[in-house]
Amino acid sequence: MFTETPFVRKKRRAELIAKCFFGGMAAAMVIPLILIVGYVVIQGAPSLSWDFLTTNPRLGGIRGGIWSALVGTIYIVAISLCVSAPIGVFSAVYLNEYAKDNWFTRIVNLAVVNLAGVPSIVHGLFGLGAFVYAAGMGKSILSASLTLSIMTLPVIIASTKEALSAVPISFREACWNVGATRWQTIRRIVLPNSISGILTGVILQVSRTAGETAPVMLTGVATFKAIESNGLFLYNPLTDQCMALSMHLYYIATQANNAAPSLPYAIATVLLGVVLVVNATAIGVRAYLRSRKKW
Amino acid sequence: MQAYVTDKQPAPPGSATATRLKQQRGRVEMLGERVIEVLIHLCGFSAIIFVFGIFFFVFREGAPFLAKLNLGEFLFSTEWFPTSQTHAKYGVAALIVGTLSVTSLAMVIAVPFGLGAAVFVSEFCTGKAKETLKVVIELLAAIPSVVWGFIGLTVMAPIIIKTFQVPIGVNMFNGALLLALMSVPIMVSIGEDALKAVPDSYREAAIAMGATKWQLIWRVLLPAAKNGLLAAVLLGVGRAIGETMAVLMATGHSVRIPHSIFDPVRTLTATIAAELGETSKGSDHYQSLFLIGILLFSITFVVNLAADLIVKGVRKR
Repeated sequence: MFTETPFVRKKRRAELIAKCFFGGMAAAMVIPLILIVGYVVIQGAPSLSWDFLTTNPRLGGIRGGIWSALVGTIYIVAISLCVSAPIGVFSAVYLNEYAKDNWFTRIVNLAVVNLAGVPSIVHGLFGLGAFVYAAGMGKSILSASLTLSIMTLPVIIASTKEALSAVPISFREACWNVGATRWQTIRRIVLPNSISGILTGVILQVSRTAGETAPVMLTGVATFKAIESNGLFLYNPLTDQCMALSMHLYYIATQANNAAPSLPYAIATVLLGVVLVVNATAIGVRAYLRSRKKW
Repeated sequence: MQAYVTDKQPAPPGSATATRLKQQRGRVEMLGERVIEVLIHLCGFSAIIFVFGIFFFVFREGAPFLAKLNLGEFLFSTEWFPTSQTHAKYGVAALIVGTLSVTSLAMVIAVPFGLGAAVFVSEFCTGKAKETLKVVIELLAAIPSVVWGFIGLTVMAPIIIKTFQVPIGVNMFNGALLLALMSVPIMVSIGEDALKAVPDSYREAAIAMGATKWQLIWRVLLPAAKNGLLAAVLLGVGRAIGETMAVLMATGHSVRIPHSIFDPVRTLTATIAAELGETSKGSDHYQSLFLIGILLFSITFVVNLAADLIVKGVRKR
């Protein structure tokens, strides 16, 4: 029969203390954050309404809603997604399926890691030098989107690569054995089987693009633009500058006077809402597709 | 109708037409495949092209200023008066000190908490609790930096003024706190990976010897996972150095060497973001901001390279 000696009791107490100590550390980081997010939402609530979302800002942004900023963010996200998703997926296919294990591949991998680590403001400088001036696109939605697409490329590459490498090698071997070529194998077997990871990466890219401020403020997002119409086609993506949610928040929070006190909180709530919903979708998609995985 | 159906009917097998069609289709498919594979290779190299492109284009805008500039003065002078008509001075030492001080204070806060949280997630949580905590941390990592800056400006600043009885709430401490909160999620996820990579046999051996959880963590897990944890810290540092919007809004924006943690400071990133809009293309001020960009690029490049090499070392083992 097991009896509890003082030594065992002491050990179990130490264990409990350890658990509380480390749990407290995790809690000290997580709980204030949740409180702060809750505070922002509560402060913003008085300004939030359907009208707030669907009317255009007026008087330098301090009156009216946020519609044109919301549309601008959608434009930027959509265009940068169209550019970075194919390049990112193909790039990951190269790294996982074609690249041999040699120094060159190591350099490519290193470049991906470093691309992820370049500060966002430096990406902005690059976009300004390359797209706005050298390529002659001017400050426009296109310049901003291209800048962001390069910035978020590593997100897609990393998650696609992880998804591709999770497909068992035996799947590929079976396919090669029935005479399929390399590309046929990738298109019919590898990509369909790794779609969950690819989708997750793409969705994460969307959320990152939607929240980014510093690069777009240098390359094509205006602080305020008076727009009358209420439709979805407010901007010409090739030439126009647009408003964006993130920039709108920065501008209202730091530079606008006489705005309603709840206005910046409301914008922050919408931005947080967009980003968190998109991320939660990514997590949901990943969990759903993972549960359906057959191997 | 009849003609349509006949068109769709295949040529009889073995006939000359069928062989020709098959060959043609094979050729088209092979050509398509070549094109796709070339495309894949191009995209594969794209990351290298982009990294060089970033360096090239940022350097190209800033380079002309290098000729007019005393590099020693640029790096070591604390006088940053770019808008002065007669005595414009371009010394970024105060900005470098600003970046370093905010980042290091952030790391002093973030490293114990981040690694502690990583240990908690990896060693104390199981099943549902672990999954939930990881999801929450992933969501926290997604909060945009401009929202962080806004929180610093409106929520943290009054709290700091009240708690520490200081005149200004937007200061180094505020920025560091934000950067700490921002870099904790990345530290937790990388740190947890590092702890997961420690073989279970280590844990079993320690427990079999009668080690307590404390001894297991301090004497076995942390030493065994130290490289991975170091990489986690370095990636957090990289993120903190490169962060722009949060420090722009929450550090108070005054160019000087700070004397206490409640002094307002200004960082390299915030300077670019705040001043570039007011410069004209090609002016000295404009070019000096691009040089700051190159400086930032180099710093984060080194930090990320170090983190990557350490992670590689861990994997190889």
